[in-house]
Amino acid sequence: MSAVFVFIETFEGHAKNTSWEALGAGKLLASGLGIPLTALVFGENAAAIGAEAGKYGADNAIVCEDATLKDFRLESYAALLTKLVQENQPKSVVAVGTSRARELLAASAADTDSGMITDAIEMSLDGAIVKVVRPVYAGKLLSDAASTGEGTLFMTIRGRAFQANPVNESASAAVTTAAPALSEDQIASKVERFEAEVGTVNLTDAAIIVSGGRGMANNPKDAPAGTADAAVWKAQDGFEHTLKPLADVLGAAVGASRAAVDAGYIPYAHQVGQTGKNVAPDLYIACAISGAIQHQAGMRTSKIIVAINKDGEAPIFKLARYGLVGDIYKIIPALTAELKKRLGK
Amino acid sequence: MHVVVFTRSTPDTAAKVDVGGNGNVTWGDAATVVNPWDEYALEEAILQAKSSSGKATVIAIGSDMHNEALKHSLAMGLDEAIRIEDPALESTDGLAYATAAAAAIKKLGDVDLVIFGKESVDVGTDQHTYMTARKLGWTMLSYVSKILEIDPAAKTIKVEKMLEEGKQIVTSKLPAVISVMKDINEPRYPSFIGIRKASKAVIPVWSLADLGAQLPAKRTQSATFKSMPVRDVKVELIEGDPEQQAKILVERLLEEKVL
Repeated sequence: MSAVFVFIETFEGHAKNTSWEALGAGKLLASGLGIPLTALVFGENAAAIGAEAGKYGADNAIVCEDATLKDFRLESYAALLTKLVQENQPKSVVAVGTSRARELLAASAADTDSGMITDAIEMSLDGAIVKVVRPVYAGKLLSDAASTGEGTLFMTIRGRAFQANPVNESASAAVTTAAPALSEDQIASKVERFEAEVGTVNLTDAAIIVSGGRGMANNPKDAPAGTADAAVWKAQDGFEHTLKPLADVLGAAVGASRAAVDAGYIPYAHQVGQTGKNVAPDLYIACAISGAIQHQAGMRTSKIIVAINKDGEAPIFKLARYGLVGDIYKIIPALTAELKKRLGK
Repeated sequence: MHVVVFTRSTPDTAAKVDVGGNGNVTWGDAATVVNPWDEYALEEAILQAKSSSGKATVIAIGSDMHNEALKHSLAMGLDEAIRIEDPALESTDGLAYATAAAAAIKKLGDVDLVIFGKESVDVGTDQHTYMTARKLGWTMLSYVSKILEIDPAAKTIKVEKMLEEGKQIVTSKLPAVISVMKDINEPRYPSFIGIRKASKAVIPVWSLADLGAQLPAKRTQSATFKSMPVRDVKVELIEGDPEQQAKILVERLLEEKVL
């Protein structure tokens, strides 16, 4: 019997939390089509994670632990996924659209001449046809996309758009082991090393994001004598010693506007918006961000938006649920202190 | 080394994009620009072609709307431009795009490196980049933030890739397909002479028959578009001194259960 496949992304031997959301989305399809839900887990610790997937609603798990799959490499992962799709002809392959899953599913879709739809935020079934809503034009419009109902549909979902299935501690998945599709000498790419980015919360997974904009340069602190660019120093100091403490007390990720990134205040990895990350946290606190249309595109689907800005006319207030007009360098420390008190930290 | 880069025209990122009466996407009289992500790919193609005394070719797939992006590319300093247009490629999906793209690269014959921007800002897709690599049977190196080394003689490449958790240093063999991130370089502005030269360029158009390409059966239906639901929020302005503002905001956020 055919199945719905869900790719469970792992990192250093652990399932990524958002992967369970893919099982939630996969369950909608599997129940609607009356077919089993199968988790795919590749790499370190795959068997244990496959078993864990049972608690999150998977009926079966296909796992493969092999040295060639330790680091994510497209060649080894895609060859295995393609082999499993060819052997099992699943109705769909679902994953959360992280950087790895996007390329993995696309590669396998190309290998098998299958259809692919990315970034689903809503999904429904019309007979065998899967209908999906996805944001396009950097979040300015929505698009209705659909499968033809034939073959395997590869689909990535937006993180935080679908709910994970409730955990059932007594449920278990039937785990089977697959052999890797390639041996090391058949894989051209070699991972020489990995440099972890320390101490930052991943923007796309974050439930809360605190972002800073161009106005971070209005730091009242004086730059040390001889600093080449005082504005850059002030903004960097503000991100580190004003914004970061607020993020820390909230367990939040630190984001930034393009203006702040382009001015060299903070690395590009933090950029939210059209040429940065698209995010949809429960709470988005925009500090000294005016809210250019390109920035809005990347964060407008956040559940609650708080804007703190000295200019009460800034466009960001049109999106915000709560607006605080004033100096971020006075408001943020007060907010951090209040949160510490209320959250008991 | 022969470097090929793909690009497309997209509405200006500051344009107000909407859905017209017949369901098509409109952006008023705003200009189209080079897909912002592609600017880094174009710059990298110029740099890599130059450092290996090779050449850089830019390709766009689609209607003559994409001549805009191709002319911008030529003005930046790309050596040659090609456009691929075919009725069968209209309302195309990633798979059809990749099939045509891979066929064009095979037709060129001597390509060592293919560069894509990270994604298309308009339709929000990146699958065509990975799919092109698979259709060619080449290694895909995605989210490249730095090319550390290319050895055209030994046919090897070493790059730094961005992942959600950090950076990976990866080596591979050429030919390869890479997709590049924003911070890989600082794209140049076209020079005045470049713009003049590009405006006179005649861009060859290839059809699927010219490429000898056959598209796979379409497995997704053509997409339709709709406006974003209006964000139904009324801002509540929280006033007072910073301590009062902070206190009230935390109250509200606790009530909203987002803390």
